[in-house]
Parts: sequence; C-alpha cells; structure tokens
Amino acid sequence: MSPLDNTYEKQFKVIGTRPPRPDGIEKVTGKAQYGADLYVPDMLYAKILRSPHPHAKIISIDTSEAEKLDGVKAVVTSKDFSKFSDNKPSDTLVNCIAHEKALYDGHCVAAVAALSNTIAKSALKLINVEYEILPHVTDVDEAMKTDSPIVNKGYVLENVPKGFSENVTSYYEFGHGDLDNGFNNADLIVERTFKTEAAHQGYIEPHACLASMTPDGKADLWCCTQGHYNVRALCADIMGMESSQLRVTPSEIGGGFGGKTTIFIEPIALALSLKSGKPVKLVMTRDEVFKATGPTVSSSMDVKIGMTKDGIITAGEANLRYQGGAFPNGTVEMGAQSAFAAYDLKAVRTKGWNVLTNRPKQAAYRAPGAPQAIYAVESVVDELCQKLNLDPLEIRIKNAAKKGTKSSYGPTFDDIGLIATLEAAKKHPHYLAPLEENQGRGLSCGFWFNFGGDTCVTLNVNFDGTIGVTEGNPDIGGSRASISQMAAEELGISYDKVRTIIADTNSLGHNEVTDGSRVTFAVGLATIKAARAAIKEMCKRVSLIWGIDEDAVRWENGSAIPAGPNAGQFDPMSIEEIAAMSSQTGGPIAGHHEVNAEGAGVSFGVHLADVEVDKETGSTKVLRYTVFQDAGKAIHPSYVEGQMQGGAVQGIGWALNEEYIYGEDGRLQNAGFLDYRIPVASDLPMIEPVILEIPNPGHPYGVRGVGETSIVPPLAAINNAVSRATNIRFSELPLSPPKVLSSLKKEINDG
Amino acid sequence: MSQVHIKTKINGDNIEFLCDPEETLLDILRDKLHLTGTKEGCGTGDCGACSITLDGKLVCSCLVLGAEADNSDISTIEGMSNGEKLHPLQQKFLDHAALQCGVCTPGILVAAKSLLEKNPDPTESEVRYWLAGNLCRCTGYDKIIKAVLDAAKEMRS
Repeated sequence: MSPLDNTYEKQFKVIGTRPPRPDGIEKVTGKAQYGADLYVPDMLYAKILRSPHPHAKIISIDTSEAEKLDGVKAVVTSKDFSKFSDNKPSDTLVNCIAHEKALYDGHCVAAVAALSNTIAKSALKLINVEYEILPHVTDVDEAMKTDSPIVNKGYVLENVPKGFSENVTSYYEFGHGDLDNGFNNADLIVERTFKTEAAHQGYIEPHACLASMTPDGKADLWCCTQGHYNVRALCADIMGMESSQLRVTPSEIGGGFGGKTTIFIEPIALALSLKSGKPVKLVMTRDEVFKATGPTVSSSMDVKIGMTKDGIITAGEANLRYQGGAFPNGTVEMGAQSAFAAYDLKAVRTKGWNVLTNRPKQAAYRAPGAPQAIYAVESVVDELCQKLNLDPLEIRIKNAAKKGTKSSYGPTFDDIGLIATLEAAKKHPHYLAPLEENQGRGLSCGFWFNFGGDTCVTLNVNFDGTIGVTEGNPDIGGSRASISQMAAEELGISYDKVRTIIADTNSLGHNEVTDGSRVTFAVGLATIKAARAAIKEMCKRVSLIWGIDEDAVRWENGSAIPAGPNAGQFDPMSIEEIAAMSSQTGGPIAGHHEVNAEGAGVSFGVHLADVEVDKETGSTKVLRYTVFQDAGKAIHPSYVEGQMQGGAVQGIGWALNEEYIYGEDGRLQNAGFLDYRIPVASDLPMIEPVILEIPNPGHPYGVRGVGETSIVPPLAAINNAVSRATNIRFSELPLSPPKVLSSLKKEINDG
Repeated sequence: MSQVHIKTKINGDNIEFLCDPEETLLDILRDKLHLTGTKEGCGTGDCGACSITLDGKLVCSCLVLGAEADNSDISTIEGMSNGEKLHPLQQKFLDHAALQCGVCTPGILVAAKSLLEKNPDPTESEVRYWLAGNLCRCTGYDKIIKAVLDAAKEMRS
C-alpha cells in the first residue's frame, strides 16, 4: 500500500455507476434557485452605467438628477469605495468600477438601486459623465509596439525584455536542451504564425447577486459563483470588512467554465445595499456579460518544429503573445508551460509575453492558456506529418510523453495516460473510416495540469445512520452526485443514504474555487478521508460497546465486525445501529478532513474530428467527433462523458465561429448570442466519448480531473481537419465561413 | 405611467397582474409572480432559456410584453409535472444526465414538449433543428438529444 492507502484496484460497488443526481428534480421542474432567482422583502433592483469608450479619462460624474428620480434609493460611483481614497484599490476593485479612467468599452462607472428595474434603467439615463477620450488599443501585436497607447501604467515586471511598450507586463520562459542542434538534426522544419481571438465562456446564466449589508459592517451575499470563499475574500478586502462578517451563500450556478471564479458586480451590490439600507439585487444583462466579465485572452503565436523524415520531433519552439485586457494576468505562463506537454522532447523552448489592451480583464476559461498554445503546436505537428507523408497518430505515439518524461515545463511525469489514449484512438473505427470529397479528418492531443488545493469536508453520521456530507464547492456539473458516491463507497452503504450539500462560507473552512478540474479529485479525496475518520470513530464506539480493543474492530460493508482474536465473537453492528446508540457512546459522530490537496495528476486527451467544408460558402460542418480522455477513474461516468462532450463542443465553437470583434472605435461589435454564435444543436453530430482509466496515484480511487482538458484539442483537431479537407493550411481562428471562403477563393485565383 | 391590468391563465390557474407597458412577460413571470423556473439568458430571444407556451405556441417570453398576454393561456416549466409525477421528458433528462448546470433545462424541456406535441416521432435532425433556438453551453447537446428521442419513444408506447 502506498502512503495514500489507495484502493483503486478493488471492486467498486457505487463508483462507476450512474445514479440520479441529488439536485436533478429541482432542475427539471424549475425549482432550483440560481443567482437571479432569490427575492427578499424590501429588495431593490440595481443597474450599472457603463463606459461607451474603450479608453477615457473620467473628468466628472454628476449623479444629482438620478438621485432625485422618484424610486431611486442609492447611486454609487468609485467615490463610495474607501479603498480608492486610501490609494489601495485592488485590480479586482478597479475592474468592478472605474476610478479615474475607463479602461474598456463596458467598464462600470456608476450604479443605481431603485424600487424597480424600470426605475433603475431610467435613472441611468440621468447620470451625466464627462469623459476625455484617450487613444486605445485592442490588438495584442499593436499593443506591444513602443508607440502604442499605454493602457495601464506601473505593471511591468523586472524580467520583461526591453524593446516593447509598457503594455508588456510579464515574461515567461520554459524548456530544456539544445534548440539549434535539434533543428540542425531535422529533415523538415515548419514555422508558422498563428492568431486566435478571445472567446467567452458563454454560460447561459448571467452573473447575479443579492447583497444585504448593514452599517455595523455585517453582510450577507447570495450569488452565482464557482467559489464563494474567493468571493468573500475579494469582497471583504474591497469593502474593508473582516471575513467573518461577510457570509456568502452560493446559489445554484448556471454554468461558469472559469468565468465565475472571480467577481464583477458583488461589491457594487454591497455598496448600494450599505448606502440604501436595503437588500439589493444586481443581475447582468447578456450585453454586460460579454462586455464586462472575463473572456479569454486573444493570442498571436509563432511556432517552429523540426522533424526527421521518420517522424522524430528534434526540436520545438513557441513564442506566445497573449493579451488579457487592461490588467495583468498569468495566463500566458500556463500557455508556455502546456504548449509541448504531450511530447517527450530533447530540445524545447517556449516563451510568453503578457500584454495589456483596452479590453475587459480576462478570466479563466477551461484550461486557461492551453487551448491557444496547443492549437498552434498541434497544427504544426499535423502539417509536418502531412508534408512528410506520415500517419499523424503514429507520430504522436512515437513522440508521446510518458512516465519518466521530463516535461517541457520542468517536472517529470508520473503515470500518465497519453499513450493509452492515443492507442485507443488508433484502434477506434473512427480513425480508419472512409472520407469523401471536401472532407477531412483532424486530430489533436490536449493537456491540462489539474489542481488540488484547499478543501474542507464534514461528514455527519445522522442518528438514523444516514449521511450528510457538507462541502464548499459549487456544483457545476454533477459533483454532488460523485461526492455522494465516494462517501457511500467508502462507508459501504448505498448511494441514496447520502445527501451532499454545499455550505455557505461560515459553515466550513476555506475551500478553493471550483476550478482546475479539482472538485471530484480534491473534494472527493477529502470526502473519502472524512469517511475514514467517521469509520474510525464508529469502530471506537463499537469497541466500547463490545468491551474489546479498538484495533480489534474492522469495518466491512457498512458494518463494524469483530476481528483478530475476537473474530466471530459478536454480531456485526450496522451503521444504523451504531448511529442510534451514538448519543450513549459519546455523542454525535462525524468525520472531517481539511487538506491542501496535492497529487492532482495531469490529464491528457485526444480528439478526432471529421469535417466537410462547403466550397461555395466556406462553411464547415462537423460530421463525426470522438473524444478520448483519461479520467483516472470515472466516478459517475455520465458526468465524466458530459465534461468531455461539453468541453469538446465549446472548443468546436471557438474553432469555427466564436470571436470577440472590436471595431476601429474600440467597441465590442458582437455583444450578444446572435452575433457571438455559440454552437447550437443543429450544428453538431453526437459527440462520442471514450473514457480511459489510468489511475492517478495521488487519489485513493485513482481520480484525475476531467473538466478542462476537453476544450484543448478541438481547436487544432478542427483546424487540421479543415486544412486537410481544403488542402490549405489555416493559421487563424475562428475558421468562420467568410475567412475560409476568402482563402478558398485566393487559392483558386493563385491557380 | 399607469399600469395595465392583465388577466391570464398560467399553468391552469387564473392569474391577474398589473404591469408597466414596457415590462416583458418574462419580467412579470419572474419579478411579479416569482415563477423563476423561466430563466433569462439573453433578453433578446437568442438563447431560449425563457421558453414558454402562449396559447399553445412556443415563444421566448423575453420577446412578449406582459400587456400582450391579456386573456392568454400560458404554460411554464412549473406546470410541466403532474404533482409528484414527472413528465416523461423530465424523467428522461434525469435518466440520461441531460443536464449539467441545468439553467437552460426548463426552456429546453418546454420547447421539447412543444415539439413532441406536434411531432411524436421526430428524427434526430428534427430534434436538433427544433431545439436550435435553445442554447446549452454545458452538455454539447448529445445527451439532451438522446433524452428527447427516448422520451418520444416512451410517450408513443
């Protein structure tokens, strides 16, 4: 047994089954309460006034007329946040409300709370803001130039190489080996520049919250978030509160995908509540969600890879330039780390530059930073294979990272499932299925680090022997079911005896955000450990009843049994019997586990995509799509499949249609679902999921996170499929019909 | 501005309300009647999260004014199950794990029910095109389509 007491070799009874989710009926009957669904007595409705300019100095804000409007109860501007006068505003606060400058189209400048949404909207029109318009920049390459408008001063880190504008705030470098020697050994080198546009997570539920704050510094906040402990930390800092005085309760969450890991509106609602003395509800419109939450970075990337004629990659190099809006972020670091993660390379070098622009501050979106970099690398690998007439899947197997590989970003890999995943793809009928004219097949590997982090779980043994699990991570894809399954498995009881709930911030210790594909891994690990603690206590109680050593009581199939010299001496005591007597044997029984979970275990996936390109319209239809991914151990296979399918489709959208379009005026041109087109049901075929299970040694049942990797491969898989279908190498996403059509026409004109 | 007095039938019950002339039926359902199963995803008729039926027709309630609903018969997600008994579509969505976050689910269920009333035996393509106005960002639609086809099959038998 390893130190973690892994049991992933055992026969599971509950793990791997597909029970109904505990929140299911509420969600199919409309009862589940999301961020905007709570109404409380005397509640006000809030609306935000946003800058129409991408970059402007705020000369003055006159709110007097708005305040006079009948039904208006409070108006706030940056002056209502003391952190600005203390000169200590965090980036998060400045992003929530502009102070001296509006930094992007849609930046909040003021907000109103009123008796109704209608009144609040009317009041916004009465606020008079005087702006001095400044020059702006929204393109990453333009923003790096020394003559670019400077977006936000004072952020440049010391290690940033010279020769760029002050918008270049950080620089990262990873790799090993002799790059020159590697390229000298190549028979073919391909070097290309790629661009990707920003995409939005596109969760269907806009951000929403309801805040109630009192003059003594206490507050209650209800909001849709991926991490209410982080909401508490950020809001408490902004409002100058102590954490204990701010209770944050997470609503059901209508999608997040990384975009709800931070805050955008919560401090505004708190400030309006404090000023008005009433609860304030603030719900974003879709237009606001696009303009003023956290889309992804956009990128400009150079990738150079050398290959021998028998398919050995001799060297790989990537230079990544990411813009993530008006504030610094570290996303390009993760891009630079993950670019070549799927390969075992002798020589590899990646560099990354973060750049500021007049766009909203980027937020995480499933595997942040990886889809862009891996898209560029996997597109070049495919081009090399095509030019050298090599099988792209064989070549990936030949060069694949495995246990013992020194990764391109430093660490040496433990057990990873990449080769098994590639082999599964090779064996799958999809890979050899025939293609017709104008059709192409693309493939790509994907990678994500996965994460563990701070986690607390309490597992209560109720007097009737049923189990209440209390955890602190909003459930964004069925995690309450998988947590209940792990508790039931460990305790040896049935799934329906367990109910898992997500507690507010005052009911458990700190829990890291639902991100990094961490919940089933880390909360699962803590749940198993909490169950083991409860079992230990139950065995102790039984030892008291039986009058034997604690060590002589063993737990089996939901009961305590006498073991060792006492084997067979007593009838087993079931969890129900132990629970019923717990008051007499020392009091209620519970297990806890608090941990900063490590050992998340990296994740790899491989996607196969077949497309058909309509040469008259430039439109691409996805005909067949298969996702192969290593889940370590699939606790609830349906929800693992759901992550694989959902991530794949988000990636397909990013590859084919989704993009932030900024006009010359620096304004977002497509802030709505009509013009920012996410995939709809009729765009897609069934997405076939193939789950691999190569146990992660870092989890008692072998679990690896599965939530993020699935968005990584589609960008290159689709790009490679379209490139092969048209025989044109594309290097800019999205592959929207006008873009593909103009390349097709150019190809015809060029002969 | 004076409010308009509206009489409707919602999920079989007679309901009256007062609304501002510019208020949408979605605002009324949610803010006035607290029937929050109908969701607002966009407010522009692009996402289908606010789908209801109005006199039997599938509509986005964000594109209907409250005042337009006078003397109409409205069905929302809250009226879909029969007491404890889930509609077959609701049950199949649970069986197939056809929801993740669940915020699009009420709209999709209302839309799918409307499809099956018109076409009890749809093909996969027909389901996909009928639901093309209902955005789901979590599932990739795969399990939703399967759940609808399975519910249709059960309802036919």
